[in-house]
Amino acid sequence: MLELFDGPVPTEELLVRWYQEEAGSNYGAYIPFIGTIRDEDGISGLSFDIYEPILESWFDAWQEKATEAGAILKMAHSRGDVPLHTSSYVAAVFSPKRKVALKMINDFVEDFKASAPIWKYDLRDGKRLYAADRSTPISGSGILGE
Amino acid sequence: MVRVEFLGPIQKEALEVEASTLRDVAAALQSDAEVKDWLESCAVAVNDTLVKSLDTALKPGDKVSLLPPVCGG
Repeated sequence: MLELFDGPVPTEELLVRWYQEEAGSNYGAYIPFIGTIRDEDGISGLSFDIYEPILESWFDAWQEKATEAGAILKMAHSRGDVPLHTSSYVAAVFSPKRKVALKMINDFVEDFKASAPIWKYDLRDGKRLYAADRSTPISGSGILGE
Repeated sequence: MVRVEFLGPIQKEALEVEASTLRDVAAALQSDAEVKDWLESCAVAVNDTLVKSLDTALKPGDKVSLLPPVCGG
């Protein structure tokens, strides 16, 4: 399940709802990751653009991988502006045993950072500035420059 | 013609380009001063599927998207 929100992700509501959704599914482990906007470098928050068609196919491929491991993934992300000390990203793995879930949340979040078509901007002095120095080219980038 | 779209921080309106492969799109964009500097770092999708070859065939109406470096979370 992939959920997108305009503004901050409603973290408390989601964590409880996801827990309740899977309460009867016989998973032994529920491991969430919550990304919170930190106060650093004078920003007032972050902002995000998302290209949804490719985000959805990327997520669906991960969900298939999770299913093969007997697990499921849930993820939520923000669109637009997200103030300090609120959350822009919540992901979670449910699985029968904790070891699968712990490895999967790590691999999933790492690949999310490297591959999910989401662009981050710093909000500073009323401007929206692309976070170029923290961004990663998607695997296979650069062919048009050859 | 194929439609070329620029995603995220590339502030540019979509273009219509005459192209039978991605190589033709590359040639058109390399001569465009506004996007030239993005090409080295962008991934490319055709009809919302990422591709890795300039030989990728294109047909009229296809959508080519340029995806600059990402940073979710």
